[in-house]
Amino acid sequence: MSDTLFARLGGEAAVDAAVDIFYRKVLADDRIKQFFDDVDMDKQAAKQKAFLTMAFGGPNNYTGEDMRRGHAHLVERGLNDSHFDAVVENLGGTLKELGVADDLIGEVAAIAETTRNDVLGK
Amino acid sequence: MPKILFEGQGYQCEPGESVLDCLTRQGVSVNYSCKAGVCQSCMMVAVEGEPTPASQIGIKETLKAQNHFLICSCVPETDMQVAVPDRAGSSFDTTVLSLDKLSADVVRLRLARPDHYNYLPGQFLNLTNDTGVTRSYSLASVPELDDFLELHIRHVPGGLVSGWVMEKLQTGDIVTISQATGQCSYLPGREEQSLLLVGTGTGLAPLVGIVRDALRQGHSGPIHLYHGSSTAEGLYLVSELLVMDEGNAVFHYHPCVSQGTPPRGMQSGRAANVALEDFAQLSGWRVFLCGREDMVKTLQKKSFLAGASMQDIFADPFIDSAGVGAVNAVTTKMS
Repeated sequence: MSDTLFARLGGEAAVDAAVDIFYRKVLADDRIKQFFDDVDMDKQAAKQKAFLTMAFGGPNNYTGEDMRRGHAHLVERGLNDSHFDAVVENLGGTLKELGVADDLIGEVAAIAETTRNDVLGK
Repeated sequence: MPKILFEGQGYQCEPGESVLDCLTRQGVSVNYSCKAGVCQSCMMVAVEGEPTPASQIGIKETLKAQNHFLICSCVPETDMQVAVPDRAGSSFDTTVLSLDKLSADVVRLRLARPDHYNYLPGQFLNLTNDTGVTRSYSLASVPELDDFLELHIRHVPGGLVSGWVMEKLQTGDIVTISQATGQCSYLPGREEQSLLLVGTGTGLAPLVGIVRDALRQGHSGPIHLYHGSSTAEGLYLVSELLVMDEGNAVFHYHPCVSQGTPPRGMQSGRAANVALEDFAQLSGWRVFLCGREDMVKTLQKKSFLAGASMQDIFADPFIDSAGVGAVNAVTTKMS
């Protein structure tokens, strides 16, 4: 069990497998899809990939400040805890669909959770 | 140790250093985020020298074929010249071969293909007018089939480049074009896949190039091309495409008219809506979308939600040029 979470999930291949499923869930989710109405799909897909890499415990250079800056315009449009919860739920659903064990899903959710205050500008 | 040439400056690599580390260590400001070959925000194009295989893992096949690579994951083995995609182009002077009217407001411009002018069908180039104004137009030709470059140019009222093409340009004139760019192209592999192509207006140009290229490469899965306009008069190349449809078992042409009752053989409604009504389930499909920006962006999302993988959706929105009306000005979509 000395492997990192990222390695245990399957690394980059796992991110690639998850990104379409996750993004499709997010775009179809009535609770949060309005935040994605006017985004560029290709740029957004790259961001989803970077986010999943981070949440999977993979390499990333995100800082809390990046998270705040990147979501400030959404916070102005009403982004709150319920929306953040919906994203985490979709993340868990994606991993379940890919057959990932519950304890690993818990670890991923815990990493995502560390970004909550920065994303919501608290 | 290899040397990296970027924007006219040379940078010496340290042993084992990636192109990204080499540039940032020496104070060059470039886009990047994950530094692990995942987020793709550091993508560049190798103008000279080969990108390492590791630096092309996970990137779109069309971009791979054009030497795009991730500078964070490339520890170069040889000297390389690298550039930010879309700023790599050089310009070519070439001759006007012909100008024909395809519809009331669309002209087919054929240009001599300059020596060593490489492109993939579906890419676009910049055309510069007599006063130095530039607009982007997609290529309808296929390099393996045509010895000319073909562009479809819609006359935009007051358009600086389209007006010049309609009113001044003549056979035999010399014009300046850029290298072709863009990632909306057909690449070989998965020949049995179903293809959906939807275009409005001169968005037909790249799609025609893509269809002809797919057939040339032996594509065996069904190919459905939807071309839409408000009126039947707004469509063009109709008879040519009908002939192609009749002569080919895999190719299906769907002309769509959104206003009034369509003539026989045409479908009623906007091309994007008709296509999604015909095919609600797009999982496993390859999708090409060209034309009006709102149509392309909306259908890009809808195709994805209908099951197409992001990697299999190729979108080329034509952006309105402020003040001069719609032109086919496009950016490749990467951060």
